Amino acid sequence: MNRSASSTTDVVDKQSHPMSDLLRMDRMPHIWCSGCGLGTTLTCFIMAVRESGIDEKKIAVVSGIGCSGRVAGYINLDSFHTTHGRAIPFATGLALANPELRVVVYSGDGDLVAIGGNHFIHAARRNMDILVICVNNFNYGMTGGQAGPTTPVSARATTAPYGNYEYPFNIPYLSIASGATYVARWTALHMRRLKNSIAEALPKKGFRVIEIICPCPTAFARRNRLGTGLDLMKYYHDNSIIKHGADPREADIGMTGKIIVGKFLDIERPTFRDFLVENVWPKIGRK
Amino acid sequence: MKLWRKPLDADTVKVPRGRIYIIKDQCKGCGFCVQYCPRNVLELSQEFNKKGYHPPVAAREEDCVSCGLCELICPEFAIYAELVEEEKQKDSQETQKAEV
Amino acid sequence: MAEDRRVLTGEHFMSGDHACAEGGLAAGCSFFAGYPITPSTEIAERMSERLPEVGGMFIQMEDELGSMNAILGAAWGGWKSMTCTSGPGFSLMMENLGLGIVLETPTVLVNIQRGGPSTGLPTLPGQADMMQARWGSHGDYEIIALAPNSPQEIFDLTVRAFNLAEEFRTPVLVMSDECVGHMTEKVVIPPKDELEITPRRYTKKKPGEYLPFDFGEDEIPEMVTAGDGYRIHITGLTHDRRGYPVINAEAQDWMVRHLINKILKNKHRIIQLEEINLSDAEVVLVSYGISSRVAHRAMDLAREDGIKAGMLRLITVWPFCDEKIRELAERVKAFVTVEMNMGQVALEVERCACGKAGTYLVPHAGGEVHNPDDIYQVIKEAAK
Repeated sequence: MNRSASSTTDVVDKQSHPMSDLLRMDRMPHIWCSGCGLGTTLTCFIMAVRESGIDEKKIAVVSGIGCSGRVAGYINLDSFHTTHGRAIPFATGLALANPELRVVVYSGDGDLVAIGGNHFIHAARRNMDILVICVNNFNYGMTGGQAGPTTPVSARATTAPYGNYEYPFNIPYLSIASGATYVARWTALHMRRLKNSIAEALPKKGFRVIEIICPCPTAFARRNRLGTGLDLMKYYHDNSIIKHGADPREADIGMTGKIIVGKFLDIERPTFRDFLVENVWPKIGRK
Repeated sequence: MKLWRKPLDADTVKVPRGRIYIIKDQCKGCGFCVQYCPRNVLELSQEFNKKGYHPPVAAREEDCVSCGLCELICPEFAIYAELVEEEKQKDSQETQKAEV
Repeated sequence: MAEDRRVLTGEHFMSGDHACAEGGLAAGCSFFAGYPITPSTEIAERMSERLPEVGGMFIQMEDELGSMNAILGAAWGGWKSMTCTSGPGFSLMMENLGLGIVLETPTVLVNIQRGGPSTGLPTLPGQADMMQARWGSHGDYEIIALAPNSPQEIFDLTVRAFNLAEEFRTPVLVMSDECVGHMTEKVVIPPKDELEITPRRYTKKKPGEYLPFDFGEDEIPEMVTAGDGYRIHITGLTHDRRGYPVINAEAQDWMVRHLINKILKNKHRIIQLEEINLSDAEVVLVSYGISSRVAHRAMDLAREDGIKAGMLRLITVWPFCDEKIRELAERVKAFVTVEMNMGQVALEVERCACGKAGTYLVPHAGGEVHNPDDIYQVIKEAAK
């Protein structure tokens, strides 16, 4: 540790950071833009991992492609950076082969509900033992800000120069309709609530989805004149309504208006493995 | 006129004190920590870091209570606070006095 | 229960698809993810029944993209895994076959080929995916592909595919066809202790010392399993020995050369050929899979007529047996490639013959096997 003291603020080496054991500090600074909220969500995840008390060795993170996909490369756990949209099926194989693992899919909205949308709904239907953390920044940030499956109607994007004319997915509604057993939404500003939510969902079984609304100042906000990352955080502060158990049909997100956050659903239902172990294995004499 | 009353145990409860550590070259100057610090401890400095951003500086570190919000909100893993132990607090005050 | 049901030792009257499934089980496969598609579906069906019996797991995925990824995930979860497909499903698997190659993941993909392009001939044979097997995923790489010509051989080669996958830490293809898949013949499954099974090459290094893409002279990195405390990071991006992404030409050169060298340096351990009547042959038939059985008949017809015909049967199609073709080209008159496509492996034969021997092709668009007479006519032409 290199903590050279100064009169007001200690300027220190990156290895001294309290989370350096769960981050690949040799890869810092990360690639995310100034004002992007992804780093904040990762901090919340790391703190939740600590709080959950789960053996870190037994947590695996699988990511797809995109800005959020880079999480796998920064977290110092067993981590897999797969192809675009395919984090969930990769995680399915991993979770089934090694039931001791807590498998977390950490990816973006475009990755999970556009190109990976089919895998998303089917893993939810099967109630696969996966915690999905879906960072929603309303566009494809890494490729320069194209419209995506969550881009609000009328928002501008590089592939929607006249304003988006498609209806977006409402991720909590989609998750619940597909069969997820734990569904929550927070913004990157709700750090403590988000951390608590991840810590609560991590030890649970089944298909769990936590959507995180996250600022993308470089691509989405710039093109829509929404200001800096900080301006977006202020927008979340002023316009988020915490409403646990809200009807997910009311949770659409537009260019203006309120963002409903909170825990939409927390139920139990037999998982893929439970069903197999309880209903299939006895038939063939397997324990 | 004061609209609040002083709690009865105000003299015995110690306000915790924090110390702030900044990994200057990892900062990208988003300003989240400055904006959301509940005790208004931080300011963006005038200096440039390696990447050309203005990292924060603890302008009023004596007000820090080590609530940890800056560490939680920082997207760059570039800032954290530690609770200063009472004895250390005393020590550092003495040191400061000595320096003065 | 479990393990004693894994190897069904004995003589069976069994379809190629079922023999393939049994080969996978005998080789230690515990995880199968697949999507129904004719003519490979029977492999998935048999696996759905058999895997739960032996302590394994079967999952029917939502598509072939998911299937290919799930078997990669299962491999990193510590299990031997496989999938099977046909026709358009093979196209869908190409994306993540590439991921498997770059992540250097041991797994097995079986393609029971049918007629294409597109939906093509779902219930009839083809061998027109051979070049897709070689080049189908984007980017440069080398692949291992085996081509069985009987239910017995699909059993044997599925076992071998698992062994090669573990030996070289890479996905291995079994490129069969509808005829072999749906043909029912005698299949002998040996006793468990007579089967040669390659175990996973787990590292003996400690966490902190192990790098997921570090290798020695033979270019083959060692494996770990997620959850063992190694805190590995692996990525489909171009990466270094640590698995960390590095986006530049130098890292690309290192990684791509490694992926290619890993297979090419070890060709002698991979390539398996059957040589029939080659010692005095003037015309050499080059064939594989079901076509080789028809070519064999044509060779016999030619021999009956006094033409010195021989056959080189490619049991391993990829990596290609360049050296063998070059060596034969020095002394034979011509090669006749017999395959159920319009000329794919024939291009490789032509490349390696290098003009030193004639090269002929007996093409067939698929849907049925060649007529031996058609092949014989080309042999006669080649022998002139």
